[in-house]
Amino acid sequence: MNTVAPADPAQSAGSAHPLAHRRPLGDRTFQILALVAGLLVLVILILIAVSTAQQSTSWFTTAGASGIFSIDWDPANNHFGAMSFVFGTVITSVIAIAIAVPVSVAIALLLTDVVSRRWSQPIVYVIDLLAVVPSVVWGLWGILVLVPWLQNSIYGHIGNVLNGVPVLGNLFGPPVSGAAFFTAGVILAIMITPIITSLSREVIATVPAIDKEGAYALGATRWEMIRGAVWPHSQGGVLGAVLIGLGRAMGETIAAALVIGSSATITSHLLAPGYSIPAVIANQFGEASGVFRSALIGMGLFLFAITIIVNLVARGIVERSARRMRGA
Amino acid sequence: MDQPEYEVLPKLHVPQTAVGVPAESFASPAVFNVDGVSVYYGSFRAVTNVSLTIHENEITAFIGPSGCGKTTVLRTLNRMNDLIPGARMEGKIHYRGAGLYDTAVSPTAVRRRIGMVFQKANPFPKSIYDNVAYGPRINGIRGKGQLDEIVERSLRQAALWDEVKDRLNKSGLGLSGGQAQRLCIARALAVKPDVVLMDEPCSALDPIATGRIEDLMQEIKSKYTIVIVTHNMQQATRVSDRTAFYSVLRDEKSETRTGVLVEYDRTVNIFENPKDDRTQAYVTGRIG
Amino acid sequence: MAATANPGPGQPTVDLREPAGWRRTKNQFATIVMWAAFVITLIPLVLVLYTVIQKGASAISWQFLTGGPIPPNVLPLGVGGMGPAVIGTLEITGLAALMAIPLGVLGGVYLNEYGGTSWLAQLLAFLSDVMTGVPSIVMGLFIFTIWILHFGYSGVAGAFALACLMLPIVIRSTFEMLRLVPDSLRQGSYALGATKARVTVTVVLPAAIGGIVSGSLLAVARAAGETAPLLFTILTVEATNTNIFSGANTALSTQIFVNATSPYVGAESRAWGSALALIAMAFILIIIARVVTARFTRYTR
Repeated sequence: MNTVAPADPAQSAGSAHPLAHRRPLGDRTFQILALVAGLLVLVILILIAVSTAQQSTSWFTTAGASGIFSIDWDPANNHFGAMSFVFGTVITSVIAIAIAVPVSVAIALLLTDVVSRRWSQPIVYVIDLLAVVPSVVWGLWGILVLVPWLQNSIYGHIGNVLNGVPVLGNLFGPPVSGAAFFTAGVILAIMITPIITSLSREVIATVPAIDKEGAYALGATRWEMIRGAVWPHSQGGVLGAVLIGLGRAMGETIAAALVIGSSATITSHLLAPGYSIPAVIANQFGEASGVFRSALIGMGLFLFAITIIVNLVARGIVERSARRMRGA
Repeated sequence: MDQPEYEVLPKLHVPQTAVGVPAESFASPAVFNVDGVSVYYGSFRAVTNVSLTIHENEITAFIGPSGCGKTTVLRTLNRMNDLIPGARMEGKIHYRGAGLYDTAVSPTAVRRRIGMVFQKANPFPKSIYDNVAYGPRINGIRGKGQLDEIVERSLRQAALWDEVKDRLNKSGLGLSGGQAQRLCIARALAVKPDVVLMDEPCSALDPIATGRIEDLMQEIKSKYTIVIVTHNMQQATRVSDRTAFYSVLRDEKSETRTGVLVEYDRTVNIFENPKDDRTQAYVTGRIG
Repeated sequence: MAATANPGPGQPTVDLREPAGWRRTKNQFATIVMWAAFVITLIPLVLVLYTVIQKGASAISWQFLTGGPIPPNVLPLGVGGMGPAVIGTLEITGLAALMAIPLGVLGGVYLNEYGGTSWLAQLLAFLSDVMTGVPSIVMGLFIFTIWILHFGYSGVAGAFALACLMLPIVIRSTFEMLRLVPDSLRQGSYALGATKARVTVTVVLPAAIGGIVSGSLLAVARAAGETAPLLFTILTVEATNTNIFSGANTALSTQIFVNATSPYVGAESRAWGSALALIAMAFILIIIARVVTARFTRYTR
């Protein structure tokens, strides 16, 4: 990297000594500009926290802790409890992770250890296309195509079959709706698959070839090699990738807003309509003012804080496992 | 590489089997019959037309300058080259009478019988116990008692048991270089292989650790057939019964080069009475 | 026991065929599962592209892309057009790119060329990674609180929000690309007496330009489709507003959101047509990025 210590050339004009050190103005200006641009990241992150905190104080003061964490969301009567949105965010993210992680890790392994390099690049392009389709287009497809299909052809049958079955009946039994927690989870899973796949792949690709050969030399099949040599090396990094995917799922807004059903409820029925934090902000911010708006901004601040924490932890895990791999 | 400048004739440790024995009169059965083997990586011919026979319960050393194809030949013996994209082989290798590259042969089954120890110790990022138990486990051995027994036996064979018996649950990555390499040997021995291939197993180790591994090889050779690639000629003289000397053949016209087997004989003959001038020059340190 | 120099192979005494069936079965099963995972992810991609193309193509026309104003949702397709939204998306995304790309490249230059291994540079590199994970709707709320509350809705506010999303991506990709530029290039230029700024601008950045351009284009493609940051910053009106610095504006993405939940056939068609236009834009940018990567990348990992 930056190992060169540049000796600036002499600037003859105005210096007593021909080799006197005087950096030209342009050089210094450029360095300062670059520093300012770099600092912008820090400044924006701080400003986000400060400005949203400031705008949400009226929610904190009028509702109080008990009001904020209640499940009572009734803007017309000035009740702004956020619990049902927190619940929906957690449930949909967990569903998304449960679907996306096995799929993503399997694709990452396919790319690193099964297909040849010639085939892995086209597969990567295809997976990345999932991330190119905008959130709102997933939402549009979700609400106009996926939701009616699930409601008519899938959820109804599941609901009938599982009605009355312990546990499963509570999760997937009637009443069912196409726009539901589970549908939102599925859409989120599709949307976070590319990032989890690409981060996992980066981690798995760092497993040294000699470690894989060590397993093969013992007569391991490819799957046994993956279990024995690849997995212990990469589980930390893959956990980081999963957390980053979790952060994305929690903050994903528009697609969830369109398919989640927009019902502020807490229920064990995954096939029933629900709500999530980003969805309620997107749907209701336009008509909100006063404490109502303050509550929505406050939930945004909460979302910001949670995603920052998740990302900090995730990046920390990735860095640490990467360092351990290099050191080992 | 580490060429001794003079006096390469071994003073010590000349393997007993190799002293004053008329060639081949006591030859043990053949384990490998290598016949006219050439290996290509893409369009590059790494080694050309190698033929030799490797005998049971002997230590066979492959020596030669870098780029001579000794590691490549070693890796054909348990089909490790299959894992390298673009690698392909011509010729025949028979392992105990069975064609190693026949279509019905499974590389997995081959490698279970023909284990390998690598240049750099590569323990899995697991506990010492799990490292050794890995091979038996994938072969279907699940019983705790049976595994304990295999782990202890393998670690004892690899002369590591006394050093690690109190920390079997600690990570294999925490061991010193020499210990880690012995762990890898124990790991290879745990599947009860027939042959152990060693690819410069001591190149990253200090002389004391190297000495331990060499002693270990002598101890286990009554049970296993060992093939070792080494760049250290003294090591070859210390441990091996037979030595194969490889060299690089350059073709000036096409500016290509390839590895060839120059001479293969009893180790004493290779070092004391080589038949080929190139061997003579190499073992006396005149060329590298 | 043959005692010849090179005894023939003789009769096989070992069986090297595939052992225990369950190990092979497990391995084959694992391989099938990996391929199945890929196929499963293909299904929604193919379905969404198929639907958008099929329904969008029947909605899209020159009139649709350029005409205006955007009609009320009860009106059928063919009245007016999405022209204002196309213009809005191009304006807002373009302005965001103009802000975020230079700043992001400068930030990346700081991280690699000036910051080096200092704690500040490491902190900023880490934070820009973290910032890529901030939800886009939070950026919208942020711009709302610091800008809209004081200056009202405008296209430039939407551009600020998109720029905030693009900035960390551009910084990271510039940083990664600059790391690949070999030091020998820098030293060669220093040896000629160039200042650091000059070395960076004339030698280092041009050497990495392929990767920086394609990374920036990918960031722009992602931003062009964003909806959440625009919802509370441009307000989504129906008429063209060419003044990006003042007054409410509109964009394809927010129009899709508005029309998606509308029960009228015309609105649905307009949403599909807009979706096709938006995806086409993003894909064109991605393809350009791939071409740039293929043609101008000098240093790769």
